[in-house]
Amino acid sequence: MNNLLKNSARFTLLLLIQIIILNEIPPIHQFITPYLYFIFILWLPFGTSRIATTLLGFAIGYSLDMFTNTPGLHAAAATLIGYLRPTILNILLAQEVSEELSKEPSIATMGWGPFMIYLFSMTFIHHFYLVLLEWLQFGDFGYFIGKVFFTSGMSMLLILLAELLLNRRKLKR
Amino acid sequence: MKNIIGFIRQNFTFFSFLILQIVSLVMLSSYSKSHQTFFGNWNNTVAGTVNSYYNEWAYFFDLKATNAKLVAENVALRNELAQNFMPYDTSVKSGTLILRKDSLEKIRKFFYYPAKVVGNSFTLQKNYITIERGALQGVKKDMAVISPDGSIVGVVVEVNDNYSKIMSLLHRNSKVSAMLKRDRIAGSIEWDGKSPDILLLKNISKSASPKIGDTVLTSPYSSSFPAQLMIGRVTSIIKDPSSNFLTLNIKSATNFYNLEFVYLVQNKRMEAQADIEQKGEDNE
Repeated sequence: MNNLLKNSARFTLLLLIQIIILNEIPPIHQFITPYLYFIFILWLPFGTSRIATTLLGFAIGYSLDMFTNTPGLHAAAATLIGYLRPTILNILLAQEVSEELSKEPSIATMGWGPFMIYLFSMTFIHHFYLVLLEWLQFGDFGYFIGKVFFTSGMSMLLILLAELLLNRRKLKR
Repeated sequence: MKNIIGFIRQNFTFFSFLILQIVSLVMLSSYSKSHQTFFGNWNNTVAGTVNSYYNEWAYFFDLKATNAKLVAENVALRNELAQNFMPYDTSVKSGTLILRKDSLEKIRKFFYYPAKVVGNSFTLQKNYITIERGALQGVKKDMAVISPDGSIVGVVVEVNDNYSKIMSLLHRNSKVSAMLKRDRIAGSIEWDGKSPDILLLKNISKSASPKIGDTVLTSPYSSSFPAQLMIGRVTSIIKDPSSNFLTLNIKSATNFYNLEFVYLVQNKRMEAQADIEQKGEDNE
């Protein structure tokens, strides 16, 4: 119950941060729109089933789409990382860690190395797919590659900052 | 058949993922204006509510910039008013109408500047207002000051490079020529130091028949103020049997408590007028 409450609050807060702040800040560069909303997926507990992460990915992606007037764009990308999350976690994690189902992925529970790889791969996949879909609509390869890398970098920086700032190792149970 | 169902059941997660992806991509590819109107209704109620709240906040933080823009626009508009332009009367035959507006501004009489109020008092006997605009920005002594809604505020008394001091109407020595709108009889506006809301209109001839609620405007005799600016309304009439004049209590139209911006009015012919008035007095 507590978990459900915490995650609903996260869902709303991240969505609001994404819509009100990150989508509104004046662009630093034409490539860069930082994305933070999908750490909702990254921070779900280890025990969340694949079908749940997939559906939640779709839910948060579609909610964001309603505000950005791009129905399906973020939904597709978030669904993809939701679906791939358990696979990536299984590769990265030692058996005993993934058994503590109520814990959440963080530097403290996974260690620096695996968490960074997890973060990097999820962010990269999300942005690659997102920008690919955008690119298919407008079509400019240089723009596509540049945007994937710069936006991924910016988003990772933000997520890492959020991770360190919130210092989730103290909250873990 | 059984095999197919079994296969789907085994890979249920994958299929739901596939379906969601297809749904997203179809939505994305078929997105258009008509699509927007079809799905838009429900989406807009949710997203629209949040966005309108957000806009309210964003608007609040933009108020400062918006305000500055409005002030600039108001000054520009005010400077275009026809009553600022008064051609010198060169007619020799009676009945000649002169309607001339020249682009070189030779006939312009009044010019407006905006100014931000940085200091204001209204509780003392001698109240002053400080504004952030001074001699370097075109302010001169004796310029008239009016509030954004067109009612008068006071007169500039001190100027330095970047700041000016305004003698507010709420000052014991303040004196502005005014008239009753009803019968155009002139008097002068003063203040008795009692209430910041009430001004006195003195020296009104007893031939005037003022009524409670009458409008009081600036008179054409003032050298700093343009004529017909709002000053206030009559609230009560004080009859003094020993004098030939009436004194009226005026509810001031200017709200001195919350002045943020004011306009300075420059009369381009003030010096000429003062000059000739001075000469008359020398003869005595």
